[in-house]
Amino acid sequence: MSLRDGPLGDVRPPILWLAGVALALAAVAALALFLGDRREGARPRAYAASRNAADTAIAPVGDVLAAPVRWIDGAAQTVGDYFFAASENAGLKRRLAAALTWRDKALALGEENARLKALMGVTTDPPLPVVFARAVIDARGPFSNTRLIDAGSSRGIAEGNPALGEHGLIGRVVGVAPNVSRVLLLTDVESRTPVLIARTNGRAILTGDGGPTPQLAWLRTHDPLRDGDRVLTSGDGGVLPRGLPVGAAVKGDDGTWRVALDSDGSPIDFVQILLFKTFAQLTPPGALQPRDLPSTATEAPVAPTQPAPTPPTAKSPGGRLTP
Amino acid sequence: MTSTTAGRFNPILWLGAPMALCAAASLIFALPMQGFGLRPPEPVFALVPAFAWGMTRPSILPPFALLILGLFLDLLWGGPAGLWPLALLAAYAPVLYARVFLSAQGFWGLWAWYAAACAAALATGFVFTSLKAGVPPGLIGVGWQFVATVALFPFANRLIERYEDADTRFR
Repeated sequence: MSLRDGPLGDVRPPILWLAGVALALAAVAALALFLGDRREGARPRAYAASRNAADTAIAPVGDVLAAPVRWIDGAAQTVGDYFFAASENAGLKRRLAAALTWRDKALALGEENARLKALMGVTTDPPLPVVFARAVIDARGPFSNTRLIDAGSSRGIAEGNPALGEHGLIGRVVGVAPNVSRVLLLTDVESRTPVLIARTNGRAILTGDGGPTPQLAWLRTHDPLRDGDRVLTSGDGGVLPRGLPVGAAVKGDDGTWRVALDSDGSPIDFVQILLFKTFAQLTPPGALQPRDLPSTATEAPVAPTQPAPTPPTAKSPGGRLTP
Repeated sequence: MTSTTAGRFNPILWLGAPMALCAAASLIFALPMQGFGLRPPEPVFALVPAFAWGMTRPSILPPFALLILGLFLDLLWGGPAGLWPLALLAAYAPVLYARVFLSAQGFWGLWAWYAAACAAALATGFVFTSLKAGVPPGLIGVGWQFVATVALFPFANRLIERYEDADTRFR
């Protein structure tokens, strides 16, 4: 006997009521997904396997579709270079004159720096390996600012690696699949980056809000901030290395201090990933080797040692004691 | 008569074609594009069927189609999973229950109500993102996305016109 022939066969719930039930079920499922989701990369393995699978599927499609965009962009660049060659030439001459002044200063400072390092026995940080990649998806909405790039764990990229554009930091890797990675941009509303103000050595947390200029939150500095102050990564927390260029401080329309990102003017389709894992990478390997230090553990208490005899002293002609 | 008109209605086409078109359009607009230092806006194409499906007829399928479409947007844009399904359903639900009233509206009136549905979706996204991230997203960015999405109303109107007479039981 089919259900239609039963006693409830004539019961027809209104379609609007059924649609409401379906709506409630879908909303509950969406809410459960939202509450259970973690995409921020500070916690290891926060990026779900399903996201990695989706990124892996989306990236090749984006790569193919982005090819005509790159060709058009390249053609427009060529045409622009042709028509604006004269004005660009004048601009480049101005910049070259300014750069030559800076070059002389840099040479002098470099020489002084090397002398001071030799004097103090300071060892410099070894260079970090870099992977270059191309962005295939660029999400730029108010609720998520991420980029999908066409390089992943097969090229050594790991979660937490800093991502740089042509001119400065753009974000960090939050999800890695074998051939693609997801970069959380500094402008994303969930992005938090510890930074320092180069002039004052003050500290702040760079907080994204979906807009082009992220906010400087939790600002701690003795001297007041000034427009144009350089902002760098502080390295606090150990996620990013210290000293990566981020941007310049600007006063926002809402009265808060914000950062005009260095990466704003640079091309968005190429990124470089610094393969930075921990600060141990920045230390010479020999410094981390265990050394022969005296043992602090003893099996039996030993008698207190006698204090060493004081070495004979002699009075210098000036009346001061010398060993 | 009813069976004849209902027979013209193909739910797979009604749901599947707009879903595929929205996914393709969202993917194209998510490509890295930049001209004169500016990047194009990121409209929420999925709000077009969310509005049109609610207007056309009540059904148990559209909420789940919006769930799938929203999850696709979350995965494409790298946002928190569940955010866009919630936002799309927030736009769909009031339209579904006000469809009789909305059916009486003209083109411009319907455009205004479509804008209200978009506002409901983006307000939902704003609230849930603020709760999750601890800081509210910038209103300027939300405003740009709202404007870009509201401009898509002619597509929603076309979808409504295409299917409003397909099943006369729900006219």
